Amino acid sequence: MRKCTAANLDKLFAAIAENAALYLPVDDEKGTAQYKKWAEGTVMSNALNTAKSPKDFFFPQSEDLMKFKTQGKTIELTDIRDEKEDFVVFGVRACDVRSFDILDRVFLVDPRDSYYASRREKGVIVSLACSKPTETCFCSAFGIDATNPAGDVTAWKTEEGFFFKANTEKGEKLMASLEGLTEECTEEAVEAQKAKTAAILEKLPLADLDTDKFGGGKTAELFNDPAWAELSRSCLGCGTCTFVCPTCQCYDIKDFNTGREVIRYRCWDSCMYSEFTRMAHGNNRNSQLERFRQRFMHKLVYYPENNEGIFGCVGCGRCLAKCPISMNIVKVMKTVGGKKDE
Amino acid sequence: MQVNEKKPLIVAFCCNWCSYAGADLAGNNRLAYPADVKIIRVPCSCRVNPMFILRAFQRGADGVIICGCHPGDCHYTSGNYFTRRRMAMLFSMLDYLGIEKERTRVEWVSAAEGAKFAATMNDFAEKVAALGENKRLEDLRCKR
Amino acid sequence: MQKITREVLIEKAASLLNEGVVSAVYGWKKGEFVYDVTPALFTTTEELEKEFVWGDFCGANFSKYLVASTRKIEGKILVFLKPCDTYSFNQLLTEHRFDREKVYAVGIPCEGMADVSKVKAAAGEGIIAIESTEEGLAVTTLYNDAPVVVPYAEALAERCINCKSKKHVAYDELIGEEGDVLESGRFDQVAELEAMTPDERFAFWQNELSKCIRCNACRDVCPACTCEKCVFNNPVSGAETKAPMGTFEEKMFHIIRAFHVAGRCTDCGECSRVCPQDIPLHLLNRKFIKDINTHYGEYQAGAEVGSRAPLVNYTTEDVEPCDVFERGDKNA
Repeated sequence: MRKCTAANLDKLFAAIAENAALYLPVDDEKGTAQYKKWAEGTVMSNALNTAKSPKDFFFPQSEDLMKFKTQGKTIELTDIRDEKEDFVVFGVRACDVRSFDILDRVFLVDPRDSYYASRREKGVIVSLACSKPTETCFCSAFGIDATNPAGDVTAWKTEEGFFFKANTEKGEKLMASLEGLTEECTEEAVEAQKAKTAAILEKLPLADLDTDKFGGGKTAELFNDPAWAELSRSCLGCGTCTFVCPTCQCYDIKDFNTGREVIRYRCWDSCMYSEFTRMAHGNNRNSQLERFRQRFMHKLVYYPENNEGIFGCVGCGRCLAKCPISMNIVKVMKTVGGKKDE
Repeated sequence: MQVNEKKPLIVAFCCNWCSYAGADLAGNNRLAYPADVKIIRVPCSCRVNPMFILRAFQRGADGVIICGCHPGDCHYTSGNYFTRRRMAMLFSMLDYLGIEKERTRVEWVSAAEGAKFAATMNDFAEKVAALGENKRLEDLRCKR
Repeated sequence: MQKITREVLIEKAASLLNEGVVSAVYGWKKGEFVYDVTPALFTTTEELEKEFVWGDFCGANFSKYLVASTRKIEGKILVFLKPCDTYSFNQLLTEHRFDREKVYAVGIPCEGMADVSKVKAAAGEGIIAIESTEEGLAVTTLYNDAPVVVPYAEALAERCINCKSKKHVAYDELIGEEGDVLESGRFDQVAELEAMTPDERFAFWQNELSKCIRCNACRDVCPACTCEKCVFNNPVSGAETKAPMGTFEEKMFHIIRAFHVAGRCTDCGECSRVCPQDIPLHLLNRKFIKDINTHYGEYQAGAEVGSRAPLVNYTTEDVEPCDVFERGDKNA
């Protein structure tokens, strides 16, 4: 384990930024944290998490795939993918780190998504352990340890400064480049913080959230649950939950005609939208109930069914904070399939 | 003189009954106005949806002008009165968003006012040229 | 702190349900925490007693739900309307969006709703309990030993600080006392923006609108946005977009949306409340309202049923579009 004192932090950021673009959470003028590119003078946010998830780094909201032009009978194709430079994302929380694993299981299996894969290869993730979880956090329900996140490098922030531990080859390479600014240290301070945070995690209001009712193979049991109608009744059908979610990975591929050529791009899509997966025969989910159910069944049943029981939710709590009508996965988990204590 | 100086592209929505005929008259009378004014004929000035205007800017227009019959002379009795309210509100909003107000204009041109049409276009093109390229409502995908 | 209690509303709803006057009740349903209240439809007294809440976090406006639910549900629906909600209610009636006969509207007084982000800013993260007391909201968090009291004035949502009216413009029955239309400072911020230079205004809006993630929450919650199929969702409209692509689409979306509700927007403030990126969308709508008031006479959408919205109306003496810009513009 290596340590960087608080006084050296800016130098550390500068050193990272020398070799790669460095992104970290920064407070905007209203105090909301968002990932921003580091530049001299950038101050890292103290917020628990960013408003938007870091999935943008690997799976941006919209990206150009290619360009094409027709001339007579020939079509000219141009690959216009944005070859992202090497980059480091600093301060990713445990929940969001898990979300990358979930996205990997979608984009890196056959057929491998080369756009996503290239960004994944170029990005180094420095995670940051939580010390002040909030009431909307429920990552522990999915087996995530907020005090010891994964990532290429794991960081802990204490009053003394930052502590780092490399977990992967990429992480070791990054830490090796920062040797001059960090020093070898014991794990004492980190262990103390872990214990303190663990005690808070136990007290969280959602600490006892139960996932037993869900998982692969539960489709028949849950699909026709009468609770879906009531839960989805007030759903506005907006895309807030899906767009702030770190694991929602549905997209649409569309063409934009500039007048000279056509740009084919892909952008996030939301299963909450009425035109989602619209096909020639029409839509396969015509009511908000069906669309609403799809989102939660996907995260809690269909995804684990295909991915060794891993849930498609990481418990970051963004949808709890952002849903216009405060309907969210926690309310769904507590209602669908009957209450635990009933 | 700059070699690659870009001339402003202007989209003029002209109503079929007055302003389009006014443009015709300007042509017949050999009155000069910039060739970069692209006229789009609409049945009435009130056919112009705010989206048309934004789309024009997106696709590379540097200025958008709407020409219709004089108030009171609308072929459909009241169309241009609605245009007047809508465009007043829309242009005020664009100005509020920081988009240069000289890039948008509404002008009433009758079928007899060929000279006014040419003069209006010359003046508008000059003002838009002074502002330069439209940067604030551009769509980078549509740029060359 | 709200003057009427939850019990009064439950009693009213239960008696109307039991008498058979209404078959369902729109109300606020309690959530996991105190502040995450969900709009819900109650059909039994038991449900009401168990889950109905009324308090400082019941901001959701039910008017728009009536458009769909009055078509689906047999019998009358009881809806509780705060003063600002009644304007949306009337506006929807003006546009013939639901059947008035199918609704039993109960006006309830409102002392203003709290904005949870302001509460968090004042009391800190990790809220586990909020109690409404005389002095303010007593907030217990994971990180404070004793509750932190946030005065109501500090916790109020922006739209409630600038409340335009405590008067109910529509109801079948009113609980509590009738209020008045208020003088508010709701156009102050619009005037501040107008006083800036165009460059400053552009920078302001560029910064705000570039945060847009096109989740459409502002549109989907808006009681004035009740088109069966929005142009932005319609693949054949030529305007369908799903993402804030590049530099233009988000501006297009917000300008067109604000324009489409201009003259019909009652300034209920739901758009800004729901925006996950905290874009001050109400400043677009208020700009239109301010301009309409200035140029076409004072007009409050929803104040009465059947009034003709300013943008589908005209006079022969209207201001010319070139004359609407004079407003203390520095570069003018």
